[in-house]
Amino acid sequence: MAPPPVYNQRSPSPSQPSGKGEVSDLKMQLRQLAGSRAPGTDDAKRDLFKKVISYMTIGIDVSSVFSEMVMCSATSDIVLKKMCYLYVGNYAKHNPDLSLLTINFLQRDCKDEDPMIRGLALRSLCSLRVANLVEYLVGPLGSGLKDSNNYVRMVAAMGVLKLYHISASTCVDADFPTTLKHLMLNDPDAQVVANCLSALQEIWSLEASKSEEASREREALLSKPVVYYLLNRIKEFNEWAQCVVLELVAKYVPSDSNDIFDIMNLLEDRLQHANGAVVLATIKVFLQLTLSMTDVHQQVYERIKAPLLTLMSSGSPEQSYAMLSHLHLLVMRAPYIFSSDYKNFYCQYNEPFYVKKLKLEMLTAVANESNTYEIVTELCEYAANVDIPIARESIRAVGKIALQQYDVNAIVDRLLQFLEMEKDYVTAETLVLVKDLLRKYPQWSHDCIAVVGNISSKNVQEPKAKAALIWMLGEYAQDMQDAPYILESLIENWDEEHSAEVRLHLLTAVMKCFLRRPPETQKALGDALASGLADFHQDVHDRAMLYYRLLQYDVSVAERVVNPPKQAVSVFADTQSSEIKDRIFDEFNSLSVVYQKPSYMFTDKEHRGPFAFSEELGSLSIGVESADNIVTAQRVEANDKDLLLGTSEKEESRGPGNNGSAYNAPAYDGSPALTAALQTQLDLVSLDHTPAASVSSTSLAIDDLLGLGLPVASTPAPPPPPALELNPKAVLDPNSFQQKWRQLPISISQEISISPQGITALTTPQALIRHMQGQSIHCMASGGQAPNFKFFFFAQKAKESSNYLVECIINTSASKAQLKIKADDQSTSEAFSSLFQSALSKFGLP
Amino acid sequence: MISQFFVLSQRGDNIVFRDYRGDVQKGSAEIFFRKVKFWSEDAEEEAPPVFNVDGVNYFHVKVVGLLFVATMRTNTSPSLVLELLQRIARVIKDYLGVLSEDSLRKNFVLVYELLDEVIDFGYVQTTSTEVLKSYVFNEPIVVDAARLPPLGPASLFMQGSKRMPGTAITKSVVANEPGGRKREEIFVDIIEKISVTFSSSGYILTSEIDGTIQMKSYLTGNPEIRLALTDELTIGRGGRSIYDYGGSSGSGAVILDDCNFHESVHLDSFDVDRTLSLVPPDGEFPVMNYRITQEFKPPFRINTLIEEAGQLRAEVMLKIRAEFPSSITANTIVVQMPLPKYTTRVSFELEPGAIIGGSEHTLRAKLTFSQELHGNITKEAGPVSMTFTVPMYNPSRLQVKYLQIAKKSKTYNPYRWVRYVTQANSYVARI
Repeated sequence: MAPPPVYNQRSPSPSQPSGKGEVSDLKMQLRQLAGSRAPGTDDAKRDLFKKVISYMTIGIDVSSVFSEMVMCSATSDIVLKKMCYLYVGNYAKHNPDLSLLTINFLQRDCKDEDPMIRGLALRSLCSLRVANLVEYLVGPLGSGLKDSNNYVRMVAAMGVLKLYHISASTCVDADFPTTLKHLMLNDPDAQVVANCLSALQEIWSLEASKSEEASREREALLSKPVVYYLLNRIKEFNEWAQCVVLELVAKYVPSDSNDIFDIMNLLEDRLQHANGAVVLATIKVFLQLTLSMTDVHQQVYERIKAPLLTLMSSGSPEQSYAMLSHLHLLVMRAPYIFSSDYKNFYCQYNEPFYVKKLKLEMLTAVANESNTYEIVTELCEYAANVDIPIARESIRAVGKIALQQYDVNAIVDRLLQFLEMEKDYVTAETLVLVKDLLRKYPQWSHDCIAVVGNISSKNVQEPKAKAALIWMLGEYAQDMQDAPYILESLIENWDEEHSAEVRLHLLTAVMKCFLRRPPETQKALGDALASGLADFHQDVHDRAMLYYRLLQYDVSVAERVVNPPKQAVSVFADTQSSEIKDRIFDEFNSLSVVYQKPSYMFTDKEHRGPFAFSEELGSLSIGVESADNIVTAQRVEANDKDLLLGTSEKEESRGPGNNGSAYNAPAYDGSPALTAALQTQLDLVSLDHTPAASVSSTSLAIDDLLGLGLPVASTPAPPPPPALELNPKAVLDPNSFQQKWRQLPISISQEISISPQGITALTTPQALIRHMQGQSIHCMASGGQAPNFKFFFFAQKAKESSNYLVECIINTSASKAQLKIKADDQSTSEAFSSLFQSALSKFGLP
Repeated sequence: MISQFFVLSQRGDNIVFRDYRGDVQKGSAEIFFRKVKFWSEDAEEEAPPVFNVDGVNYFHVKVVGLLFVATMRTNTSPSLVLELLQRIARVIKDYLGVLSEDSLRKNFVLVYELLDEVIDFGYVQTTSTEVLKSYVFNEPIVVDAARLPPLGPASLFMQGSKRMPGTAITKSVVANEPGGRKREEIFVDIIEKISVTFSSSGYILTSEIDGTIQMKSYLTGNPEIRLALTDELTIGRGGRSIYDYGGSSGSGAVILDDCNFHESVHLDSFDVDRTLSLVPPDGEFPVMNYRITQEFKPPFRINTLIEEAGQLRAEVMLKIRAEFPSSITANTIVVQMPLPKYTTRVSFELEPGAIIGGSEHTLRAKLTFSQELHGNITKEAGPVSMTFTVPMYNPSRLQVKYLQIAKKSKTYNPYRWVRYVTQANSYVARI
């Protein structure tokens, strides 16, 4: 009810009366009527009571008329009584002393001959929420539970729960839970049964922490007899009570498969219910029951598809939203089930934003080889739309689909067309995407950079987009003619740049650019470092300091830190770990699905209720990584189904595991951007200019610029290369591999033996892949099961992009390996072959 | 477990406010309203129907411009609460005849009576208009529907546009007729909302019908009703793709992709003779919802031509052809077309007249721009969207063959109204 201002500081809005004068008027009038028995009194009282209630609703404190209201309540007029109950229920808690006044008439009404009055009085009595009045509740509640009228019993069952919340001990001492249990299992009225069940679930869950008996009782609700009893009466319950029962059944652990099929057959027609809540509760039962039966579980997905789509399109937008959230959860678990229904997720122009946004997510999730073209075409329509938020979301969706790597070719063209639309927000969103795309598919750099180079940095204002553009300027400095000059002009406006993110990117980009094109960039670098060192933002300052000192220390080290060869990002980290996802799935048909968070993240412990499956999850790794955080998974094969080994089984980590960065840990070798470069074991410098001369001269330039007169850093002479040195961070994308494999002739083909230790160590393909990686030989694809394994490896010469490709078939029972080696540079294939064999021979050795 | 329920006006005033569990702070309505308001101001986006602020979950639905809100601390089924809020709105409408801010304010005591029985301590008890009758003692103060401010044709598609249009009935289930006797009558409306997207070359890209058989009964004594539908009705597309329609199967077959039913409906003979039997509860409720993606003939064809005519000018020609029989007239038609951003002046002429079946209407407009357009003008304008209502027409051709009411006596012959209406849900032509 409306807040009494005493407890709430808000001032009444000007449209509402302040109420003081009105309330005292009311008080007077009520007094006059209290004793009156004149005809028409009840009508007059009704009008007054209405005024009181209406003040209460709009937030005027009318608690001062409490005693007058109680005095006037001696009436047989039920409308008056109900208004009085409403009033009393609202103010009793804050006026415990006055509440005592009401006990009398409420207790009397509890014995009225009209069951309606008995029920209403009992409900009000239990709703007073005054602790020192509980003693007056026990008697009326006890008789209410035994009342001959179902309405009174229904109210009494809820009354027990209310009593429990006021005083748990009083409730338990009066043995009310046991009475409720008896009633639940025997009452002829379904709503009484449902209320008993709701009350018991709440009471026993709360008691369970205190008493073992209560936790046993809570378990007993999930026993077969209780569940079957409730299920057999399912059609007697109204739709809301059905939801309560179904929620319970979803937690039931079936004894065998007959059990499961019995329940599913019984509930089958619930899927045709017009109430979405009933349908979702039923679906939850089906999904939970069949978790261990893969085939049936899949059939369930097929079965629930049509009802869900119907509910999505027939309900209010709010209902569609709830349905779509659930569809999204399901589609993440089984993307194929909706892949032919993608048109259902096309946006309608008059839908609210929140529905459209979910539909776009659905479209992204269902996109696969067969429908990507249509989906992307549709999304491009939205991108040109007048509805700007949706246009932005649509562009992001196109980008996400591109990163899922279906038909990238066509998508890149579309994205580049977006840039030609010359709408600021379209350009901004697209730039961010192009950046991500380039990190995953560096082979597209040529096409993208040509278009991006035409964009005037003046038209890009949004920080994220600006940062993306700057990143590209730095990363592809050698391909973009104007890069140093664009950066220079951006640095000139350093002070006007409000986003720290942009300034950070600017520093890094100008560093990269400098290392590739020193003479053109040195002025800009000097300016940037000077501005950076003076920057008030701590991170910007620190990064400028880091770069400055690095350059001071050794330019080649700086090169390694700032400009290492990048490994293509094969998987962008999922924002959610699979544990989180499983937990959300366990909490199907709850807010967890809408918020995409398990309940412990958004509810207080005491309010988790029956949904929370376990108590404490503090140690759970929560997916905090943003999509920008990358996992450079070393095994490209995991993501490229069609590469070479079309039919080969994917390793176990192909499953949900490879979503979360933590799971790749053992085999994790590629490292996120900068830190990787800090591993200094290798010389990766590949400057376009002769390093020694230009670098030292530019170092001087910096020193002069900053006027610090530091000693010139000298570039150390590279160590004499061994016969054949391999690049441990070699990158090769699967398509190029495939292409090369087709084009190159076989240089060497031979069979070699494998040591017994090697054979024992080769239990899974991963073991060997990890080993070989340690030897700078990378795996492109692998597959097979003992005794036959097949691998495709590749390696690159350090310092030049000359590749070696190897097909290696190992038969463990014969202890043999068959090698086929192809090389860009045929002359060194012998050297590589011996290197490869020696690497292989070390496998399995301690 | 629902903690509070309240209804807010568009300005954020409490019209009714009921606290069920006392575990959410009293100022929640203000917190809620501020959040929703700023959501749309900050991001130009609508607040989602469910959100969480400081551990309190807020659920809301919009009905006739009012916000129906529930709060709770526990994690519960969002679809249950959202459905419940819609249902509460419907029950209130059943009792008040008209659902509006005015009628709610006049009848708030009655609404409190309802709320007391619908939810107890946060648990839903019942939303059946019928069951609730025995608990409601206030007489509704009926707001005269005719005196309501005219909402205009767009009202049907206002907030919560997916809700069925208020059928013409604005009579409370408990109020008596002026004559004192209740009129025995039953309304069955077949309402089909259609969504069609035409490509720029006029092909149908997507089409869908979301249909509802809506019933509103004022029959005393709850007689059983049998509702027979078109014989040639198939349910489920049997896994066929949505592309192989097998011609337009002219035989009048109606293929539903899927459907669902109100809980009062018995389907015992549905498989045999497509008959639904039910004892209709009081009030308005959907007997059956269905979804069709089978190809159908769209009621309107839209042709749009936009051409540059000089550097700062363009011409638009918009042609709309009604492709239904001339005995039918469509009304409340609105055609919208977003124009390029730099348009400064539009002059147009429109042939006057209502759209009757078979007719064709053309709109010609001249546009003037403040600056030169770069690129393709068709990318800057459109798509054309259309809203309309076509009474006595339904594209699915699903028919009610008969409506049989179990007779209590020979003289018992209640009024039966079976009506068809088609509405545009999302009717879009790209250019």
